[in-house]
Amino acid sequence: MSNWVEVCATDEIDEEDVIRFDHEGKTFAVYRSPDDEFFATDGLCTHEKIHLADGLVMDDIIECPKHNGRFSYKTGEAKGAPVCVNLRTYPVKVEAGSVFISLA
Amino acid sequence: MSHIVIIGAGECGARAAFALREKGFDGRITLVGEEEHLPYERPPLSKDALLHGHAPKLVSDAARYAEAGIAVLTGVTVESIDPTAKIVQLSNGTSRDYDQLLLTTGARPRPFPGLSGANHRIRTLRTHGDTVAIRAALQPDTHLAIIGGGFIGLELAATARKLGAQVTLVEGLPRILSRGVPEEVATVVADRHKAEGAEIICGVKIQELSEDRDGARIRLEDGRTIAADLIVVGIGAVPNVELAQDAGLVIDNGIAVDEHLRTSVPDIFAAGDCCSFPLRHYGGRRVRLEAWRNAQDQGLLAAANLMGAGEAIASVPWFWSDQYDLTLQIAGLADGTTQTIRRDMADGAFILFHLDAGGRLIAASGIGTGNAVARDIRLAEMMIAAGVRPDPVALAAAETKLKSLLAA
Repeated sequence: MSNWVEVCATDEIDEEDVIRFDHEGKTFAVYRSPDDEFFATDGLCTHEKIHLADGLVMDDIIECPKHNGRFSYKTGEAKGAPVCVNLRTYPVKVEAGSVFISLA
Repeated sequence: MSHIVIIGAGECGARAAFALREKGFDGRITLVGEEEHLPYERPPLSKDALLHGHAPKLVSDAARYAEAGIAVLTGVTVESIDPTAKIVQLSNGTSRDYDQLLLTTGARPRPFPGLSGANHRIRTLRTHGDTVAIRAALQPDTHLAIIGGGFIGLELAATARKLGAQVTLVEGLPRILSRGVPEEVATVVADRHKAEGAEIICGVKIQELSEDRDGARIRLEDGRTIAADLIVVGIGAVPNVELAQDAGLVIDNGIAVDEHLRTSVPDIFAAGDCCSFPLRHYGGRRVRLEAWRNAQDQGLLAAANLMGAGEAIASVPWFWSDQYDLTLQIAGLADGTTQTIRRDMADGAFILFHLDAGGRLIAASGIGTGNAVARDIRLAEMMIAAGVRPDPVALAAAETKLKSLLAA
């Protein structure tokens, strides 16, 4: 059974932006794409454990605020140096104006 | 089979080697480095590596070089380049033919004038070995004296305080960080260091450094003497150009390259700390940058151009420094500023936007805890690259998203 956790209301994340979401000792980054879809990944960069939610979202890319490592937040794919380890992604759904991520 | 030899196995050379493979280069790649380690990241050397005694943080592990078919020669220096025969002579007695050569020879600490090399208590910080030696000397209550109030000296000061050492930092100019950091930002940094118990002495020239069995001494021109257990000199870096110079390449504050990173000699490129290049967004003025991001960007660009892409340098200079929980980030070059706009953000963080006479954004300098200013400095960098003339009122208003100004 999926473990859906409510993150926030949809309007709390701007389009082409990201917020940090902490839950049970873990940290996540939750994104809203320019075409108004929601995504979620682990919250810390795989290079030096920096919070990605402080970074910049451009199209489907999240860029780490510290060393500009880039990932696709849709697939978690690392997009080249200095990051080489992919980011874990999580299923997301929107229901009744709220964003949920599945941590199962 | 075509052979590319890369001389200098730091961030830039390693990035270039991998980028060649990522872009599909199928010839031979040889990366030659004088240090014993595989290429590693230098930024932690004054921070976490010094604090915790970490092993070098490798750019990539040995398996990845093998997988990518990159031959890495560590502990080997290049003794000469023959650009006519296209051969490099190595310190291990062997030589390599090349089709194209990339020089990523980096820079070395500027030595203190008049000081000979063989000092134990007067050191510099550039390599992992330097970090190991400084860490070994820093016990609680050790007195560390630092010469130079630039990024290296200040980062070292912060780490040394965390390790319990007493710290005195001497800067010859009237304030710290006078190269490229605005005074308002430098003041925040200086105040923090003082609050953490470091002593900062500015505007006094040094007459002499000396050491003996029991300690080291700084004699200042105003007559004061500072006794320390260890002195670390951080007064800038000089580019490693000798190899290129001997091979007849044009040198101009570094190995001179054009906007494609080509040197004055065919089939030889240079990138990173060792080279000077024309900076597009600043009227083509020639600069040399000593920065991690620049080393990365130019490594990637060199790889593209070794494969004939003909791409011009397009990046905007970008630097950062971490001291205690403060992060300072700077995009662009602020000389030529006629108007400075301050944007205040949460928790005391702020950014200064620097505009030229025509209202164009040319630099942004920010400071705050953690990554408070990172996103906006990144956007400022993109605005600088795009040549944006932002509305000063909007820049000053923290509630105005910079992203909206980029699009405008």
